[in-house]
Amino acid sequence: MRRYFPVVALVLFAFALPPLAAATKTAFLLTQATMSAYYALASLGLCALMGYAGQISLGQAGFFAIGGYASSFISTRNLDLLASTPFVRLLDLAGLLVRGTDSYGAPLLSPSPWVSCLCAVLLAAGVAALIGTPVLRLKGHYLAMATLGFGIVIEKIVRGTKALGGADGISGVPAFTILPGLEVTGGRSARSANFTIAWLVLALGYLFLVNLFGSRSGRALRALHDGAEAADAMGVDTARYKLKVFILGAVYAAVAGILLTHYNGSIGPGEANAMKSVRYVAIVAIGGMDNLGGTLVAGLALNFLSLRGVFGSLDDGVFGAVLVFVILLAPEGRLDLFRGKARRTISGGASRGAQS
Amino acid sequence: MRSELFVQYLISGLIYGSIYAAIAIGFNIIYNATGIINFAQGEFAMLGGMIASSLAPSMPLAVAVAVAVALTAAAGIAIERVFLRRVARGGVLKMIVMTIGLSIVIREAALLAWGESIRTLPFFSGNEVSSVSFLGAHFSPQIFWVAGAIALISAGLSLFFKFTLVGKAMRGCAASRDGASLCGIRPDGMVTLAFGMSAGIGAMAGCVVAPLTQTHYAIGSELAIKGFTVAAFGGLGNSVAAVVAGLFMGMLESFSIILIPEAYKDVVTILVLLAVLFLKPSGLFGSRTAGALKEY
Repeated sequence: MRRYFPVVALVLFAFALPPLAAATKTAFLLTQATMSAYYALASLGLCALMGYAGQISLGQAGFFAIGGYASSFISTRNLDLLASTPFVRLLDLAGLLVRGTDSYGAPLLSPSPWVSCLCAVLLAAGVAALIGTPVLRLKGHYLAMATLGFGIVIEKIVRGTKALGGADGISGVPAFTILPGLEVTGGRSARSANFTIAWLVLALGYLFLVNLFGSRSGRALRALHDGAEAADAMGVDTARYKLKVFILGAVYAAVAGILLTHYNGSIGPGEANAMKSVRYVAIVAIGGMDNLGGTLVAGLALNFLSLRGVFGSLDDGVFGAVLVFVILLAPEGRLDLFRGKARRTISGGASRGAQS
Repeated sequence: MRSELFVQYLISGLIYGSIYAAIAIGFNIIYNATGIINFAQGEFAMLGGMIASSLAPSMPLAVAVAVAVALTAAAGIAIERVFLRRVARGGVLKMIVMTIGLSIVIREAALLAWGESIRTLPFFSGNEVSSVSFLGAHFSPQIFWVAGAIALISAGLSLFFKFTLVGKAMRGCAASRDGASLCGIRPDGMVTLAFGMSAGIGAMAGCVVAPLTQTHYAIGSELAIKGFTVAAFGGLGNSVAAVVAGLFMGMLESFSIILIPEAYKDVVTILVLLAVLFLKPSGLFGSRTAGALKEY
């Protein structure tokens, strides 16, 4: 049951922190805590790929951006002028469009964020499935470079495409109404509710991965990490498992990107930057590579401090330096920074099967 | 197309191709000695250009360049001795993450040391306005320095690996670490030497192109991915192929402007990288038999 502890903690924090913050007049911290939760969600997806399947990806920010950009692009389309066309009317009748007015009072008729969210997740999963097959045939450095290249292509595309706002990105992204009265959006009045939403989503994402790794598929993934050939010999379809976890990681990043974009109301090409991808990798490595709990803590803590501006202009440098020293301190096995003493094993990899 | 425009694109491709080739050669030296890809490779070119640009006002240019190359080589050696040697047993994933971390630290340190300003070096011969004319196109004589330096480096390396004892010892280590140590070669020393050489070559390339392309604390990561593209394109470990592939990539980039918007210029390189990795990871000049024995 210990492995469910972080889920319980996340749910408790999701409800307990907002009143606590209000009581101590630190409610302003909730904004960054909300954003950190979404970044941590993207890191968890990468942890599944890196720590459990043993495949590196330097393109996580690419999927984050695909999610955020696709959802904001679709949900900011104004179909009002096309309102009389049969297709738009059909969409409207199906309840897939929302009405509103822009800041000049002109009528807006846009796809509902539910639609844009679904499309964005499907797009990210589709892209992952498409590039996953050739990319995952590669190993080690080649895999790292190929995923890095993918991430850079996404960044150059969103930066160079006028329809996606070029260097400015997309702003004016509408609120994402999950339930009537409960929406993912910035603004003071929604701050507490959004913190709770974000941390609950994170808890849900964590719970899913914990259960996945405890299942048959999880054991197959672990076998993949320890030795792909051996896993192959035991009848694990390694290529299919790798692809599945790659898609899963992409979907985590996309969901994080979508929710954060609707929360912020905007997205820019900086989210697709290679340095962002490196940050996700850094968080997984600092968390201990195959340690979901560690990734969670590292993702929440480092992103929160970074968003609060604690590291000042040394932001990237701090991530780099922490990364270097964490790897330096744990050159031979995994890092035990966030793992209980009792769980430490004598000789690293060989006894990996003992835990879980 | 007008012929002078054609020549102009050709020259620009030659300049960028040369620096990509130099970075690729740096990748190759380290790959041959250790089997790893050093993601911090581009930072060496940045360090070379930046150090030389700081020293140039207070000493002769040749001395400034020599000191920059020596200091960068020392930095390369330090990186290997202090950081990478200890991690070597941790597996490929850790090595990748380590060199990525180091590249960030070097870049941020450069930002602290030199700020965000764009820097340059004086031209090695002549000045900003001196030019050579060829088929109606005008270009700076600096490109002879660039082309000459790359030609010298690649020829020198070929001779070094073929004819000198140390060069042969390095190749021995690449072929078999254990075998080499049985012959009395110290593999650790060879790896250190490889990092020193690789860093020095990167710095040299950073210096010769600095007068033309300027330099900046953040140029490293872009150079690294393009250099890797070239190295993979030519076949990892093959330095002569890297020069050919580098020139090809440089030309491809500079001529791609004719067909596609400038904003997507870098996408071309990376698509080539992805195509090479997906279709023929042993590279254009890599042999299939040797490729079958390697892991990609």
